[in-house]
Amino acid sequence: MDEQVLKELKGIVGQENVFTELTDRITHSYDATQERHLPDVVVYAGSTAEVSSVLKLANRHLVPVLPRGAGSGFTGGSLPVQGGIVLVLTRMDRILEIDMENLTAEVEPGVVTAELQRQVERRGLFYPPDPASKEFCTMGGNVAECAGGPRCVKYGVTRDYVLGLEVVTPTGDIIKTGGRTLKNVVGYDLTRLFVGSEGTLGIVTKILVRLLPKPEAKKTMLVQFETIDGAAKSVSAIIGARIIPATLEFMDAATIACIREASSISLPEECRAVLIIEVDGDKEILDQQVEKILAVIRPFGILATRIAATDTESEEIWQVRRIVSPSLRQMGPDKFNEDIVVPRSRVPDMIRALEKISTDYNVPIVNFGHAGDGNIHVNIMVDLQANGMAEKVEKVLSEVFRTVIDLQGSISGEHGIGTAKAPFLHMELDAATISSLQRIKAAFDPNNILNPGKIFLESSPQRPAEASSR
Amino acid sequence: MSMHKSLKDFEKVIRECVKCGVCQAYCPAYLATRREGAVARGKIALAAALLDGGIGLEERLQQDIGMCLMCGSCMHKCPNTVPTHEIVGAIRREITDKQGMSLVGKGVSALLGSRVLMKTLAKSGAFLSPLLFEKIPETSGLRLRFPAPSMKGRTVPKIAFRNLFDRFPEFIEGRADKPVVGFFAGCSITYAYPEIGEAMITVLQRMGYPVFLPKAQQCCGIPALSAGNGRLVDELALANLEAFRKRDVQYIITACASCNGGIGAYRSMKVDSKDLTGKLIDFSVFLQKEGLFEELAGMEKRQDRVKVTYHDPCHLKTQGITREPRELLKALPNVDFVEMENASSCCGLGGTFSVDHYECSRAIGAKKIPGLQESGASLVATACPGCIMQLQDSINHAGLKMKAVHILDLLAAAWR
Repeated sequence: MDEQVLKELKGIVGQENVFTELTDRITHSYDATQERHLPDVVVYAGSTAEVSSVLKLANRHLVPVLPRGAGSGFTGGSLPVQGGIVLVLTRMDRILEIDMENLTAEVEPGVVTAELQRQVERRGLFYPPDPASKEFCTMGGNVAECAGGPRCVKYGVTRDYVLGLEVVTPTGDIIKTGGRTLKNVVGYDLTRLFVGSEGTLGIVTKILVRLLPKPEAKKTMLVQFETIDGAAKSVSAIIGARIIPATLEFMDAATIACIREASSISLPEECRAVLIIEVDGDKEILDQQVEKILAVIRPFGILATRIAATDTESEEIWQVRRIVSPSLRQMGPDKFNEDIVVPRSRVPDMIRALEKISTDYNVPIVNFGHAGDGNIHVNIMVDLQANGMAEKVEKVLSEVFRTVIDLQGSISGEHGIGTAKAPFLHMELDAATISSLQRIKAAFDPNNILNPGKIFLESSPQRPAEASSR
Repeated sequence: MSMHKSLKDFEKVIRECVKCGVCQAYCPAYLATRREGAVARGKIALAAALLDGGIGLEERLQQDIGMCLMCGSCMHKCPNTVPTHEIVGAIRREITDKQGMSLVGKGVSALLGSRVLMKTLAKSGAFLSPLLFEKIPETSGLRLRFPAPSMKGRTVPKIAFRNLFDRFPEFIEGRADKPVVGFFAGCSITYAYPEIGEAMITVLQRMGYPVFLPKAQQCCGIPALSAGNGRLVDELALANLEAFRKRDVQYIITACASCNGGIGAYRSMKVDSKDLTGKLIDFSVFLQKEGLFEELAGMEKRQDRVKVTYHDPCHLKTQGITREPRELLKALPNVDFVEMENASSCCGLGGTFSVDHYECSRAIGAKKIPGLQESGASLVATACPGCIMQLQDSINHAGLKMKAVHILDLLAAAWR
């Protein structure tokens, strides 16, 4: 890295927040994809003004900038694939305001999602999006990836809660989108454009979210089915009965086989699918809702039902869900975790297709996830050391995504495109659509310095310097 | 040949870290600094790079490897249970082997080698108390934890005039129908808090157990492990094994969570330690097993009960011992138990961590304060003397009126 750039960076954020040692570069070279790309320098920013100055500097010197929160993404969104400056935002971790009258909260990007949830819940309020990583992922990352979670079936995803943003554009301008009111139609809806933009259009420095009143109580149940079809039909029946549970999670037979030994709740061989259903709301209505659910799913081949009477019993049920990820390793050392999504009614078709692909290619595919919103976590478990496995996985992935598109679904429900899914973007979006996205990117980031090499495969190999010389 | 695993021995588990980032939610050093170099995942990345030869033991790497309390909280929540604290221990030993001891490590080896130097230091007043030198063995972890050159403002324990070994014989008779139990007291209880040890022995006597308190027992070794002094850990482990082989005991009880963790760590050494580690049991688990909780619960509740909350020592929490200490407190007739927020977050002491990183250690400790305050308790009980020291230090800095005590202090009071 250019000495002049380093000197200016130190001037902006202070010497103690600029890291150039190999150790620092290694510890900021990865995310949850397990890919590794060394940055040239790591900068911990402390304010919007600092972020703006860093971006202006990066534009002058044509250096890539990679915004980073907890580095827990699954698609490489924070990886410095072209080197440059990793700009860490964890120092900006203040909850600026919780407005009890207007039910909003304003936070900095480094606030950990679960921490915001704890703070608002103490006040009887509720911030619903609950990605599995909520205990450590940051709000900035949640906005960048439009994080989801099990509760989305009832409450929606991050974009449904973001009212407004303060954003530093790639050229260093500080802009404000949206506002404090639920209704606001002034200008283009830039808030929605930035939510889910994967850190390619701007760096979010303040986030205004809306809050809900905290549901009074919840009730959890675990239902075992003879067939995956029975479970899928039950999902449709529950929604058809006009009940929207707070969460509606499923596990397929392969998943159940993985956790059978570790599970504290007995899951016999005949059990081919499990649904975990949680309803929330006023205490009085919960028992009624549970009964209604049990009545509508009764015809679909139920083996056993467990309804949690206490928080501890509810915890025991969720523990069954939580042991899934760690249990998967036994199927193969390398995991390809794809967060595909199909219309709710097509979940059984998708599962059947996945079973066929698994058999055809002779690779284990373990499926679980958010049945309520059609978001299935497809885990292809392999050993990449095996001969020809990489090519095989490539084919399996293509086939999985092709099926998703045929069923009118989407290749990513929660994780984003990043680098991991960039090769498949064209399967879902046609050339004209991709070109529209690229023009938006170019309008915000003429020098392609902010998170280059993400989303669009076409631009991946291209360094910012080449972009500007064209 | 060292009895410890080398970094190379951990190669397989190092590759099992999938960089998911879960450790960020539980690593006390990370939560205080929010820097990736401080968190378990970062250290595993460095360990992998060391193995690949992609990096040497550069100064910043040593700093990052220093930022670990070896509390095991990360492994406890890691989906693949990668033992970062053990891997950090292995890297610290490599650093010590290749570059000599760190400041702290140097202090220890110098102490081991030279009584003259010790006396010089003592005269300069840099150490806790001159008494320490006459009362505490040179290999004790207390010396590692509180060497004191840079510990201004830290609340340190007073060294008791009569230590635990002065107060009891090596073998304390009991009922003939009861098996002999061993008591591994550890440095903190023996020298700084002998009254906790006294309470432990009194409880055991009351229950009829003959108690074996071998005076040849040494420091458990955890501070030396934390400082990367593998040779000293070897020496202590062998001495402790030898000390407890002198009598046939059914259990070896600890009342110090760190000692329980320190002795337990012999399991991952290349030495057969089953005689010790196979019998190791925390006092709260032992007392529950032996039915004491029911007896206590049967006692009439006192009018002047004290509101007490509980802090989970990392070395019990990571072994899943969270229920027993709470149930013991709930059963006590003189205690009104209340839970507190962040009960399971680390106190910040972490072996020798607080020596090298007192500021960070204090920041971690300060995170306990809101939970302590909101609990409304007047006492915070725990099961580790190290936590007691650190909690009291945090409480004093926050200007609270609370006191940190051992559960056994309260148990002894219940019978008074």
